[in-house]
Amino acid sequence: MNILRKKSTAHLPFSETVIELFIRLCGISSILFVFGIFFFVFREGAGFLFGGLDVGQFLTNVEWQPTSLNNKRYGALALIVGTFSVTLLAMCIAVPFGLGAAIFVSEFCSPKLRETFKIIIELLAAIPSVVWGFIGLTVMNQLIITVFNAPIGLTMLNGSILLALMSVPIIVSIAEDALKAVPDSYREAAEALGATRWQVVYRVLLPAAKNGLLAAVLLGAARSIGETMAVLMATGHSVNMPSSPLSWIRTLTATIAAELGEVARGGEHYQVLFIIGILLFTITFVVNLIADLAIKGIRQES
Amino acid sequence: MNSNNQNGSQNSAVIEVTDLKVRYGDKSALNGVSFDVYQNEILGIIGPVQSGKTTLLKVINRTLEFTPNTTVEGSVKLNGEDISTISDVYGLRRRIGMVQPLPVGLPLSIYDNVAFAPRTAGIRSKSELDEIVERCLQQAALWEEVKDRLKALGTKLSGGQQQRLTIARALSHQPDILCLDEFSIAVDPVTTMRIEEVLKTLRTKMTILLVTNLVQQAKRLANRTAFFLNGDLIEIDTTDVIFSENPSEQATYDYVNGAFG
Ligand SMILES: Nc1ncnc2c1ncn2[C@@H]1O[C@H](COP(=O)(O)OP(=O)(O)OP(=O)(O)O)[C@@H](O)[C@H]1O
Ligand SMILES: [Mg+2]
Repeated sequence: MNILRKKSTAHLPFSETVIELFIRLCGISSILFVFGIFFFVFREGAGFLFGGLDVGQFLTNVEWQPTSLNNKRYGALALIVGTFSVTLLAMCIAVPFGLGAAIFVSEFCSPKLRETFKIIIELLAAIPSVVWGFIGLTVMNQLIITVFNAPIGLTMLNGSILLALMSVPIIVSIAEDALKAVPDSYREAAEALGATRWQVVYRVLLPAAKNGLLAAVLLGAARSIGETMAVLMATGHSVNMPSSPLSWIRTLTATIAAELGEVARGGEHYQVLFIIGILLFTITFVVNLIADLAIKGIRQES
Repeated sequence: MNSNNQNGSQNSAVIEVTDLKVRYGDKSALNGVSFDVYQNEILGIIGPVQSGKTTLLKVINRTLEFTPNTTVEGSVKLNGEDISTISDVYGLRRRIGMVQPLPVGLPLSIYDNVAFAPRTAGIRSKSELDEIVERCLQQAALWEEVKDRLKALGTKLSGGQQQRLTIARALSHQPDILCLDEFSIAVDPVTTMRIEEVLKTLRTKMTILLVTNLVQQAKRLANRTAFFLNGDLIEIDTTDVIFSENPSEQATYDYVNGAFG
């Protein structure tokens, strides 16, 4: 096989070579862009990260006062906790719904209903996040005030529900693919052993597709962590260590979005925002890496 | 789970198939077949590809119901009870052990593969499960090879071992009837022989439907043999007659002697 391939490239016509070169270029450039982005973000923040910023304080202090005149503080803990707590709560909502929907679509629903369902899921994925933010500001805000009798509805819960709605489509589509990838022979074998359809799902399909399902959840989480606009609009955007889902919070992404436009380029505050960027980059990188490894696990097993 | 009664006479019918017709959409797969299967016999089912053998097995354990657009007419009775009226279809499937042509190791450990059906039937006790797993693996002549690695994945076994694992699994719910569908397709001749020995012992405990692509296998094992062709049951008789110089149908003679198929 290998020999054959080598032979054929040697006699490739000119146009083929050009096309191949072009495709190669596209591939390489996309890698370069990613590194470029990382390099740029890192360069902007590096000066302060290695000279001046108390990293320990950055990670453990809750005081975020970058604009204070006599008491500047760059404590990002509340932002980090805000990001993680809103994501965690969002996942608590999105994972059961997303996996449940995926199981329903792939195992229990009629082909016709499946098509309808998929269109709805795709529509959900196509809604821009600023629209979600708007829904958060108006509908959800009012709803939370009425239901929980809260003074204000712009809270972590509000943001989490929006993030859940945004990540459900990702979770559903990846999880459904993972379930569909389980060979039908498994289902048949389990059914011949007298398993009910539900027993087939939780005794055979879930274990067989577990890596893909894990990847679905992680990619959904990565989407939540990276989301900016909706949480900026819906969570109250105030630096606060959350004590309950009804606390208002502020996230890492929202902080960058809200403050970057107003800082002096190159200043400390500017650089700290980029350090937050590095932190976000690292978090999503790690989450995606785990998801990738999980997906690789699926391929190896099958 | 009902225990096997040995006192039934040789000729009591466990399965009675009457005028069974099966269609996939407009395409007929069985065009009205009738026959009985007797207690504690091995019924060999032979026939060329696409003759409806697998379809027949799927009707009996009602797994055909998962295939959309199928219609089934006629009746299949199991111990006198029409299977289409049985409401507990899961219980019905557990009365029938099914071994598929390509061994399907569920993505579970060897132990869990065999314990699967007992667990779905509600058995929780560890000691009871241990006992079932050991007994079934022993019956399938696999115990000695895997007893030290019951926690290993079933799919990591060799093809022949996996086929025996599926036999052990099919025995795990103590079925009255064991159906095997071309089990030797993925198995080497030595393992095939071992499984054939296993079937000879199992015959004393249950009724066996042996669909086989190897005509000689039916000759070696079956008490009676049924010959299917394009959805019709051409002939069913004692194996001696089917493999003799003068079965009732010329087609049977031709197929058995390798003229086609
Ligand atoms: N899921 C299905 N959908 C449509 N037609 C089917 C399906 N399964 C089987 N058939 C058709 O039904 C007929 C009988 O098939 P069946 O699998 O029962 O034959 P078989 O005797 O088991 O053949 P083989 O020796 O190849 O296993 C064939 O014509 C086949 O094309
Ligand atoms: Mg078949």
